[in-house]
Parts: sequence; structure tokens; C-alpha cells
Amino acid sequence: MHPAYSVILFTTASGAGYGLLFWMALAETFGVLPGGRALSLAALTFSLALITLGLLASTLHLGRPERAIGALSQWRTSWLSREGVAAVATYVPAGLLGLSWLIYLHNDLFHLVAALAAAGAAITVYCTGMIYGSLRTIRQWNTPLVPLFYLAAAASTGALLFGLIYSLFGYSTPLLEFLLLCLVAVSGAVKLTYWRQCDADKGQYTAEMATGLGAWGKVRPLDPPHTMPNFVMREMGYQVGRKHAQKLRRLVVLFLFAGPMLALALSALTGAGVFFWYLLAFLMTVVGIVTERWLFFAEAEHVSMLYYGAERA
Amino acid sequence: MTTLPQTTEKKLGLVIDLDICVGCQACATSCKEWNTGGYSAPLSDHDPYGGDPSGAWLNRIHSYELGEGAAGRTVHFPRSCLHCEEPACVTVCPTGASYKREEDGIVLVNPDTCIGCKLCSWACPYGAREYDYDDGVMKKCTLCVDRIYNETLEEEDRVPACVRACPTGARAFGDLGDPDSEVSKNVAAREGFNLLEEFGYKPTNKYLPPRMKTSAHVSPEPARKSAPVSAGNGSMVEKLFAWADQKLSR
Ligand code: SF4
Ligand code: SF4
Repeated sequence: MHPAYSVILFTTASGAGYGLLFWMALAETFGVLPGGRALSLAALTFSLALITLGLLASTLHLGRPERAIGALSQWRTSWLSREGVAAVATYVPAGLLGLSWLIYLHNDLFHLVAALAAAGAAITVYCTGMIYGSLRTIRQWNTPLVPLFYLAAAASTGALLFGLIYSLFGYSTPLLEFLLLCLVAVSGAVKLTYWRQCDADKGQYTAEMATGLGAWGKVRPLDPPHTMPNFVMREMGYQVGRKHAQKLRRLVVLFLFAGPMLALALSALTGAGVFFWYLLAFLMTVVGIVTERWLFFAEAEHVSMLYYGAERA
Repeated sequence: MTTLPQTTEKKLGLVIDLDICVGCQACATSCKEWNTGGYSAPLSDHDPYGGDPSGAWLNRIHSYELGEGAAGRTVHFPRSCLHCEEPACVTVCPTGASYKREEDGIVLVNPDTCIGCKLCSWACPYGAREYDYDDGVMKKCTLCVDRIYNETLEEEDRVPACVRACPTGARAFGDLGDPDSEVSKNVAAREGFNLLEEFGYKPTNKYLPPRMKTSAHVSPEPARKSAPVSAGNGSMVEKLFAWADQKLSR
């Protein structure tokens, strides 16, 4: 599948934003969010900015962005529509949470609001994962591991951002770093399992099934229907990245998982320069997550390519 | 609405005879010609006469080779939207622009509400939807919804443009939900089949298989004669030898 840069930016930026929102709101729900109101407000604004940036980027790949509001209507069947509804709805408790910090309005009700914001963030990311996970036409996507990894990636990139911001203001404990390390390890384990599953599945559909002509023997393309690639081939038959896939996967393992884990471990163990360890971990994560998302698209194979010479899909 | 209808009154669709199709592309060009001015107009092209032409077409004709050696054959294979009964190209659409009509089962895109997110094209296993980069919306076969009910056209023209254009009669149009229709009877008689049946979208369009080669006895080729010696450099002596060779080989 063709990796659209706007979609990569959207899923990674808003994923991290929702992750940050989730951890802050969760901490607030249990009344353990460190720092003062100003810091909370600043961090929340940052998370909403990331989310909004991502959502705006996602409208860039639409042919008719001015009609985007219509995408909120079909939540009964469409995961894309559900994602839109969840994203818009999450602004409400997130905004109220900000308001409560701004005007120092605080009572038990706001624990509930915080819980709603955390739930909204998680649901939105799950919907994003399901847009891909529900497509049976792409076997690399049609697995529960896809929404699971979207959740794990948002949780770990958001948590790193949380650690980075709060460590800048001196709030950090080795315990948090250790928990974060575990979170990154979990998302790494999900991704490795996912790759193993993808590599084992060579595809259950064949060119013979696609054409219904298996009784005559092997089906081979003779003349293409058009002299140059059409939309279907460009969008569904993207192959540029496949030959570098192994190299890029190693880069993801290094930058998204191993590197940040090492930085977090060193931070927890030495207890010195915590912010810089976080910054290092975060910068590596940015490179890692963008590469991971690019690969997620580039490695995905679409069933329609059976008509264009693919033997299995 | 992207919720699929439980049933449709009719199941209008095409039946394509792979035994007859000669791959002439008449249906594809006729489709383009009608539809670039019809329901989903325009069907934009980019660089149509240059080195890298591309554009939105609703019908594509592949040619495949099947089998090996004497048993092998060439099949021309038109591919367009199959107006499936349970297609996710409809249910994934966030706007409701992609829908299946309750009255006749035609799957359409509403060009006024489509946002061009392309998700429906990802959900189609048949590669039947093509995005129009200029118009910013998705394009697909409409089963010529603007011809088949069009009373300003002659009766004989109220069929999809591809069916009307096919010079060999490889394409037929009708109600595949009615077991007594011409198309249904032909599908039953010829053992028509679904493309990628295993995927489960239940296509309405059917394909008729190429006929198996007959096993009738074919008379053996006459014994081969060795090629006559050429007349060499053209001298009298060479011509004499060539003549003698010919006579002796009889
Ligand atoms: S062929 Fe593709 S576009 Fe047409 S109805 Fe079936 S899934 Fe949808
Ligand atoms: S491209 Fe248009 S028709 Fe297709 S899913 Fe998106 S909004 Fe619906």
C-alpha cells in the first residue's frame, strides 16, 4: 500500500498526543498528577496541539477536505467515521479538564471528566487501528495485533512525552522510568509478534481464485489493461520499500524499542541527567515510529494485485 | 447510508463470456466515452498523449495466459465493479457517499458527498474503484444507471454502454436475481462463476468460462519432407543440383 505522508504524520502525531492525554487524564483521575496547574495546562495544550495537528494533516490526503464534516455520519458501519466521532467527542472532556485547571475549579466531578478524557483518547486510537485492522483485503492489516499495536505505540510514545515534559520540570522518579521501560518493551513484543505472523502468512488467495480460471492451469498476465500504472496499481501495488524491509525493521527495533529502553534504564540507574536521557529516548522514538508507520504501509499487500501479476495475496 | 440493504428487489448486473471476448477494448472505450459525460463525469485523464498517461477508467481489459503447451490458451478478461451483494466498499465509507441501491442492487458513489478518502478502494478486492485526482472523488462503474432507465434513449440503447458496444456479444445485461431472466438461464447453462468467490462479497456480475478444447480426433500432419537444397550461388551447375534434389526427394 502506498504510504501517504499525511497519514503517517497523522497517526504518529495524534497517537503520541492521545497517549500523553491518556496518561495525564489517568493520573488526574486518581489524583496523582504531579506539578502545578500551569504545568498541567501546558502539557494538556501540547497534547491537544499534537492531536489537532494530526487531524488536520489527515484531512490533507482527502480529495475534498471541505466536506470532511460529512465523515461523522456513518459511525454505524465505518471505523473511519467512528474515529472521527471519537476524536471530536474527546475534545469535550479534555477541554473541560483544561478549564478546571484554568479557573481552579476542582471537585470530584472532575475525576469523572478526567476518566472520560482518558477513555476518549484510548477509544479514538483503537478506532484508528481498526480502520486498517478491519480491511480483509490486506492480510498484513487484518489482524487484532494491528489495533493492539496502535494502542501500544500511542501509549508508549505518549508516556515518553509525559516523562520528557515532567522531567524538564524536575518531576521524575526511577519508578516511572522503569514502568515506561516496560511499556516500550511490551509494544516491542507486540511488533515482533506481528512481524513473525506476517512473515508466516503467505496469503490464502491466488491469481487462479481471482480470475476463476484455475481449471485451465496456472494464470499468468499476458497483456496489461493499460500501458502505465493506474490508480489501483499506484495505491495498492506500492513496492518501493519491500526490498529494504529487513533493514528498516532492524532500524525500528533499534530506534523505537532497544534504544529508548537503554536510555530509560541508564536514566533510572544513574539518576543523573534524567531530562537528557528522556530527550535522547524521545528523539530516537520519533525516528523509530515514523519508520515503523511507513513500513506498515509499504509492506502491506492488497488482494487486487492478483489481477496484476501477484501470485498470492 | 452505508448500511447494506437486507435484500434488493432486483440484482442488476453483467454476464461476461470469457469464451467469446477477443480483448478489443471496445467496451472500455465506450464506457469511458459515455461516463465522462454521464453520472460520474468527468473521468479525468493526465498526460493522455504523453509518455506517462493515466486516468480514471471504470472498465479494464486484462489478457492472461492459462496452462502450458498445447493445453494452454489466452483469455481476455474484462474487469469492472461486480456490484457485490455484501461489499465492504460500502460499509467502510465514512460519509455514506458509497451506497448500494435497494431497488436494483447497483453500487454507486454520490459525487456530491464523497470526500475522496479512498478507503472504499482499499476495501474492494477487485480493484474496481479508481480515484479521480482532478475531481477529488472516487469513480466506479455505475452500470450506466443513466442509460438503463433513460426513456429519452431508444429501447435498444437502454443497456450499459459496454454491452451496447461489444462487437462479439461477449457481454450481457440483466436481472441476476430473477432465475427466469435470459442472463440467469445462460449462467445456469454455462456454469457461470463468481470472481474470488472465496472472499465472500457475493458479486452480482458473473463470468462464463472459456470452453474446454474439444478432444476430437485431429488428423496427423503429413510426413515432413526435408527442405529442398537452395539454389546456392545461382550458377547453372547449382540450379542443376537443386533440380535433381527436388526430383529425387519426391
Ligand atoms: S466490485 Fe468492488 S467496488 Fe464493486 S461492489 Fe464489489 S467490492 Fe464494491
Ligand atoms: S472515497 Fe468517497 S465513497 Fe469512498 S469511502 Fe471515501 S467518502 Fe466514501
